[in-house]
Amino acid sequence: MTDIAIIGCGIVGAATAYELSRYNLDIVVIEKENDIAMGATKANSAIIHAGYDPSPGTLMAKLDVKGVLLAKELCSKLDVPHRHCGAFVLALSEEETTVVQYLYKQALENGVTGVEVLSREEVLRLEPNISDNVVAALHAPTAMIIDPWEYTLALAETAVRNGAHLKLNCAVTGIDIIDGGYRVLTTQGSLETRAIINAAGLYADDIHNMVAEPLFTITPAKGEYWLLDKSEGTRVNSVLFQCPTKVGKGVLVTPTVHGNLLVGPGNILADDRDDVSTTADELEFVKKTAVRSVPDIDFSTVIRSFSGNRAHTEIDDFIINEVKPGFIDLAGIKSPGLTAAPAIAKMAVEMLGENVLKLTEKKHFIDTRKRTRFNKLTPDEKSALIEEDPSYGHVICRCETVTEGEILEALNSPIPPHTIDGVKRRVGAGMGRCQSGFCGPRILELLAKHYNCDPTEVLQDRVGTYVLTSRTKEDEK
Amino acid sequence: MKNNYDLIVIGGGPAGIAAALSAWEKGLREILIIERDKELGGILNQCIHTGFGLEYFKEELTGPEYAWRFIKMLEDTAIEVLTDTMALKVTKDMQVHMSGKEAGFAILSAKSIIMATGCRERARGALGIAGTRPSGVITAGAAQRYVNMEGYMPGTNIVIIGSGDVGLIMARRMTLEGAKVHAVVEILPHPGGLLRNVSQCLNDFDIPLLLSHTVIDVQGRKRVESVVVSKVDENKKAIPGTEKVYKCDTVLLSAGLIPENELAKADGIEIDGKNKNIKTSAPGIFICGNALHVHDIVDNVTREAIETGDAAASFCAKSQNPCRNDVIYPKPR
Repeated sequence: MTDIAIIGCGIVGAATAYELSRYNLDIVVIEKENDIAMGATKANSAIIHAGYDPSPGTLMAKLDVKGVLLAKELCSKLDVPHRHCGAFVLALSEEETTVVQYLYKQALENGVTGVEVLSREEVLRLEPNISDNVVAALHAPTAMIIDPWEYTLALAETAVRNGAHLKLNCAVTGIDIIDGGYRVLTTQGSLETRAIINAAGLYADDIHNMVAEPLFTITPAKGEYWLLDKSEGTRVNSVLFQCPTKVGKGVLVTPTVHGNLLVGPGNILADDRDDVSTTADELEFVKKTAVRSVPDIDFSTVIRSFSGNRAHTEIDDFIINEVKPGFIDLAGIKSPGLTAAPAIAKMAVEMLGENVLKLTEKKHFIDTRKRTRFNKLTPDEKSALIEEDPSYGHVICRCETVTEGEILEALNSPIPPHTIDGVKRRVGAGMGRCQSGFCGPRILELLAKHYNCDPTEVLQDRVGTYVLTSRTKEDEK
Repeated sequence: MKNNYDLIVIGGGPAGIAAALSAWEKGLREILIIERDKELGGILNQCIHTGFGLEYFKEELTGPEYAWRFIKMLEDTAIEVLTDTMALKVTKDMQVHMSGKEAGFAILSAKSIIMATGCRERARGALGIAGTRPSGVITAGAAQRYVNMEGYMPGTNIVIIGSGDVGLIMARRMTLEGAKVHAVVEILPHPGGLLRNVSQCLNDFDIPLLLSHTVIDVQGRKRVESVVVSKVDENKKAIPGTEKVYKCDTVLLSAGLIPENELAKADGIEIDGKNKNIKTSAPGIFICGNALHVHDIVDNVTREAIETGDAAASFCAKSQNPCRNDVIYPKPR
């Protein structure tokens, strides 16, 4: 019997696996997709929120503020791209200044440090490209931008290096309650475990209902985004929110850690959890709303649009409960879930340690991580690296300057990518302005070679997303 | 490889080679071409159809044949060529940072630089096509590489968005390889590519060209399953009620080429593609070929490149400035 099974390897599952891997425990992480970070973690605003948004006293408020501090520490320890750029909530009319004042008070109540209300002139000095209509703004300097995939990968990878087992392509089909724990039935057979963490994101209600009476229903809230070229990446210096409304934090304009500009999300309640399609109407709405804050965004430089589903429930807070002895729900983790994740993980571990698992710390817990980023190296470092391993001299992705060496490094890492998009999320190849038009075929070739498979077997992303159909007629012979 | 050159040409496609040859003819002797691919020739290598050279050579050649004529001419010169090498950075003070498996990391100085970095295709994101994001939506040029260079088919039932030349050529190519091309969808009231390509690649194969139409939705969660095509009005807005579903497993995009000139722009070097100005804002740095503006036919690229090679040579003849040699990699041993 294993000690703990974590269901789902998005940011919450990964953070929990990392936190638990400090202790002498048998950990299994079960993920239904062929890679980690494939649900809400994959497509969101990539922001570590300062914590002025959630209502005081909620888990969201408490874990958000705690999460900011933890994220800061984790990012530097585990080599996760992040930038302390701060955030503004803009009052674009006199009426909205009351919202800004309200958020300011809420920030203080939630324990957010450094917040201040800035005048029109002060805001425009720091963000000269925002609308002339700005009247005032809340400034929250502790907000950060982050790479959500690498954050999740860094946590999961560290857990694996510390002994956790990750099972991909493994969907949970049922859970039986047995003596001293649970039997988890999956598409890859069953396993017995003393405890379960339900971090199943958009499907957390289904997993919950396998062991307990229904308590909540997940309703996906879809957010659509535009991603713009790096030529627009310096349009703004920080995360720019408009005043929140009943439906959420609204459309934001932000730089990304990769140097692009991100605009979104919209907010529509959907009925299909797997539907991440975009619609012309919603994308148009996002565009129109965004230019209220930043009028001159050049949308002709868009390189991608996408959408992501957030796990909303009827309960206006995170759902963190020990539903049955040793079965913990980490559910309804909508925004600020990315921020709160490491704090949620610590809370879950505390709950488990109280009466289910005996937590003894490992003597040799690995708590560092480093990966090569060729683009960021100095000439001396580049020179030395290529001399040592010439594959680092071979640029595969020209837009983002990603080398073959970096891709091979990812392929030989604890959680290697199996797909073209898996490579993209790990090293950034294909994320640039040509959107993998040039490097796609080369990455496909590297994957086929590494896994010793036919190029027609290489996938773009999820199972079923094949890229090539057959050899050409001439090559069949 | 030396540390200093009279001329460094970035890009070994038709523009880069012709520019280097022209500079050589005008008397420059220390010339280096940097090419990121395994071999010279650029995108011509995957253009195995004919139609190249009618104006410049007065005969009909394939892309690789056209490229080969220029590659052969290099043999009679002492122009140096580095393949599998990527230019990472070009600076106003005339340095080129580059890296390659063989070359390692290097910073070279030059009296003149010619940017001949070609163009890229407009990808789905830039076209703003809504819908799901399955596999099977790729640019026509990437499909051309898969078919002509790697020997693999990217799909069997195809809809092509945009009627640029690459898309038209690929409509015929995919058909010859046994795929079914259901339609070429063009938002404008006229085709984007050359009329001879419309005739030879679409009409001859009964492939419908839908002018004033656009794809408003992509469907299928894993692989493309269908697209929704709609008529558009004179403002390019979809007309409700005209939607038609096309079942397909592949969408090829051929809706515009964009000059790839970000390498120069990164150091604040300004480029005037509108006026086809081969001079950049940085004295001694020139730009030509599709990196400057997208040309219809390669013969015109060659002409412009010859002019650019000339210009670089005259610049070097007049220039009194020696090459920088304070920051040089690999460091002299």
